[in-house]
Amino acid sequence: MPYGPHTADDRERMLAALGLTSVDQLFDDIPVALRASHLDLPDPEPELELAARLRALAARNRTDLASFLGAGVYRHWSPPAVDQMLLRGEWYTAYTPYQPEISQGTLQSIYEYESLLAELVDLDVVSASHYDGAAATAEAALMTCRATRRERVLISRGVHPHYRETTTTYFEGGLELDEIPLIVDGDAAGTTDLAALERMLAEPGRPVAGVIAAQPDFLGLLEPMPEIGRLAHAAGALFVAVVEPVSLAVLEPPGAYGADIAAGEGQPLGIAPQYGGPYLGILATTDALVRQIPGRLVGLTSDLDGRRAFVMTMRAREQDIRRDKAASNICTNQALLALAASIYLATIGPHGLRDVAALGASRATELEAALAAVGAGRLHPGPYLNEFAVRVPDARSVHRRLLDAGVLAGLVLADAEPGDPTLSDGLLVCATEVTTSDEIARFATALGAILAAPVAGAAR
Amino acid sequence: MSVTGERLQPTLFELSRPGRGGGKIPHPPKDALDRIPAGARRTMPPALPEMNEPDVVRHYVNLSQLNYSVDSGFYPLGSCTMKFNPKLNEWAARLRGFAELHPMAPDETAQGTLQLLWELERALAEISGMPAVTLQPAAGAQGELTGVLMIRAHHRARGEGHRDEVLVPDSSHGTNPATASMAGYRTITIPSAPDGGVDLEAFRAALGPRTAAVMITNPSTLGLFEARIGELLEAVHAAGALAYMDGANLNAILGRFKPGEAGFDVMHFNVHKTFSTPHGGGGPGAGPVGVGAALIPYLPEPRVLREDDGSFRLERQGERPTSIGRMRSFVGNTGVLVRAYAYIRAHGGSGLREVSDDAVLAANYLKHRLAEAYDIPYDRACKHEFVASAATIKHRTGVRTLDIAKRLIDYGYHPPTIYFPLIVEEGMLIEPTETESVDTIDAFADALIAIAAEASARPDLVTGAPHTAPVRRLDEATAARQPNLRWRPMSGVETPCPD
Amino acid sequence: MVPTDLRYTTDHEWVRVEGDVATVGITAYAAEQLGDIVFVELPDPGRALEQAATFGVVESVKAVSDLYAPIAGEVIEGNADLGASPELVNSDPYGGGWMIRMRLSDRAQLDGLLDPDAYEALVAAG
Repeated sequence: MPYGPHTADDRERMLAALGLTSVDQLFDDIPVALRASHLDLPDPEPELELAARLRALAARNRTDLASFLGAGVYRHWSPPAVDQMLLRGEWYTAYTPYQPEISQGTLQSIYEYESLLAELVDLDVVSASHYDGAAATAEAALMTCRATRRERVLISRGVHPHYRETTTTYFEGGLELDEIPLIVDGDAAGTTDLAALERMLAEPGRPVAGVIAAQPDFLGLLEPMPEIGRLAHAAGALFVAVVEPVSLAVLEPPGAYGADIAAGEGQPLGIAPQYGGPYLGILATTDALVRQIPGRLVGLTSDLDGRRAFVMTMRAREQDIRRDKAASNICTNQALLALAASIYLATIGPHGLRDVAALGASRATELEAALAAVGAGRLHPGPYLNEFAVRVPDARSVHRRLLDAGVLAGLVLADAEPGDPTLSDGLLVCATEVTTSDEIARFATALGAILAAPVAGAAR
Repeated sequence: MSVTGERLQPTLFELSRPGRGGGKIPHPPKDALDRIPAGARRTMPPALPEMNEPDVVRHYVNLSQLNYSVDSGFYPLGSCTMKFNPKLNEWAARLRGFAELHPMAPDETAQGTLQLLWELERALAEISGMPAVTLQPAAGAQGELTGVLMIRAHHRARGEGHRDEVLVPDSSHGTNPATASMAGYRTITIPSAPDGGVDLEAFRAALGPRTAAVMITNPSTLGLFEARIGELLEAVHAAGALAYMDGANLNAILGRFKPGEAGFDVMHFNVHKTFSTPHGGGGPGAGPVGVGAALIPYLPEPRVLREDDGSFRLERQGERPTSIGRMRSFVGNTGVLVRAYAYIRAHGGSGLREVSDDAVLAANYLKHRLAEAYDIPYDRACKHEFVASAATIKHRTGVRTLDIAKRLIDYGYHPPTIYFPLIVEEGMLIEPTETESVDTIDAFADALIAIAAEASARPDLVTGAPHTAPVRRLDEATAARQPNLRWRPMSGVETPCPD
Repeated sequence: MVPTDLRYTTDHEWVRVEGDVATVGITAYAAEQLGDIVFVELPDPGRALEQAATFGVVESVKAVSDLYAPIAGEVIEGNADLGASPELVNSDPYGGGWMIRMRLSDRAQLDGLLDPDAYEALVAAG
């Protein structure tokens, strides 16, 4: 066994103390008919061989492509200081800080995370985090129902499809989730249809608990968040803003435009893509709703000698105390990821974060021009920050051919939103501060070549 | 441990000075944001701290020294399985091919990870005796919800959607009833039998046409194997209900008991317990779920599929309409799952069985050592953990389990789990795991025995503990009554920050 | 000894009746079991309560408990002081720590409550 300390002598000693001759005797209480005999798994591998196996698996993934793929997970430069701190065993091998006297490192780092995010979203209460942006959005939706005692939530189709699907799963039990359509034509195409929203809010006998919209939306476009909030509040509903944290360095934060709750994905704050997680679910709210927010909260207090100290607080809301009456069953928070995000923000700083957002916007402007120049224009005319959709006929096949040319040309929208015909020719592309002009040129050149000479029939 | 008050740190905000930091990101062109409408632009920049890298590093290095961790000491935490976190796994998760892969990258660019996930599913299927596994849930609690939602889908599909009750023993982890409520079920709590196991008659009486499921932890949260599990599962199925196993205690039974083969319909794994992925100060984890054949149609989407040519792909959206849908974004906490995969491959089947053997042996040995000074409410062979009680000590001296736990800190140990499960008076749930040496276990036993003696001879030492931790006992009442959840430099009276 | 002018429930609530107005709170024993009270959630005025219905929640640092209406009636008001000073429930459970005042709808229900001796016996039994 690779990590166990016990020698044959150790085992003998322990068995002798117990008056036993074999460890099998300690399993006698398993009914004979239900006993397993062994595990049919590959033989154990010494570290040298296992390392080679893992390396070979990792090498079968292609991470050498010029990538323009965003869709909720973004490539950013994470300063090595972040990961080097995370490699300290005192951070990553620590347990949940239930014993605060010996967990002040974790507790203070979570309090700092809560405070940093509070600045970014401009809301007073930030939970110690949820699993990901999707879970945070679903929990935000449930919060609006608890707080208003209503049972219907409206969610814009501009919110990430995975977040909508997750919220649908969480709602499968008496609560209603309705989707607000997007505008199809004109200057505001691709953003939330406010007229439709107003109609949905006014439906008699179906009061709305919450309205959820994303900024930027899934198609990269900027939404009229203050107007959406006004409509929601006028109907007695709460307003949930789904946000992207890096963009908050330059975009108006949810607290400033009247959102009651903010949810989002913290992955862009220095966390690697890792094929899906672990990520960082951001959930924040106003003081008025503090008792409704699920998940851990860390607060400032003092010890009995008067020293400043940090502690998990308002714990009676959580599952181990509230049990079947808990607001949520959540037990974990993404502590290590919240730490990563905090170290990232501390290292990058407010000016650095602004530069990350602005540089991404600048590269995106360059990308837009380069793609338009070879015939791939934007699908929607409205303003965006660093992500947008372009029109490319037969997008799926073009995407595959670009892959052969070493370019990951964003997301084929027909795959992500198969039910939306207006997106069937769309590729969702983004640029960040790590996107280079060379990569943009490579993308545009390859795309230009493909569009200029469409291939008949060469299927893969 | 350290000297109280040493190494306490100011907050990032207090360390900030205008003009510090920078040098990480090139400056963008001045007009980069001109095309963003003014109404959408931020008017007040976020008041994030400005620090240079050396100060950031010192801050986080010094804060880390205030933490107890597996890498620095023993955690006898029952129910948490605080085993060693292998360093190979950290190296593996950081391999560029794994770390840099975007979750929506085309399947053909993700073959390495997809193969790893598929192999991990197969391994967990074999370990659990279940035909199929989903790796999607982000944590044990999310795994529980996944399982319960699949149970609900199963009953609805069979026209039995009226089943609205879930039965749990009173020793269950709080996530079980919380999960049942989230899924819209009513929880019926069944008292345990005097021997700590399920009260079979009480369960039989409560089972009926309204029962959707029973949620059982096996071994139980008392660390005892459920000897009547066969009869219980029969009764559950006879009532038309399904049996869910909370797999938090899997470390006790690897290779000895396969829940799926025994008759459980669904279970979740806590990879951050049984399979060594690090706790990270409270997360991340992952909660894969294993299911019997009846529930396969309802698994969350997308599943990882293996094609005839040996390649792998993700299910397309809508490819399996019976699925309960998504529990989260993307495919799962892959970074955590890479670590679990490495752990399982390092051990193989024989190694995992040895893990359980050693974990169970160590727990029984430690229980035997502590019996001279503590009450052992269930005095028979335990599995990987056991309950000890300070009830007699409390009645004799007034010293409580909470005090004993805090005094252990002065001896250099993290306290065990206390006051859980709820059914034991002044309880401590103790789990040594298989990666602690006999020397460590003996020294820990010596410490607990010494504290029991202190409770009689010097109770003030125990009730005033800890004396040597970085901070002493905290005022949790004020923290809850007047929550301070956000640093506000200008507001109110702050406790002076340490220099 | 618990106040002799009050009646009690098996859930450790007390009731003081003056005319057709009942004041309700939790006993010193209950408060002690809970520990330091940090928050009390109370119903809005006008809310109608059945006997034994849940009318609120009391939270301590480490525990939480539902509050059950000892008798049926309509809520007149909740104790506004408990918002800023939930600790009144610990320090003055029968006085300043009162929780709700309600208008009784069925006096006969008072007969079913415990008198001080019966409540003391309940607590002594553990």
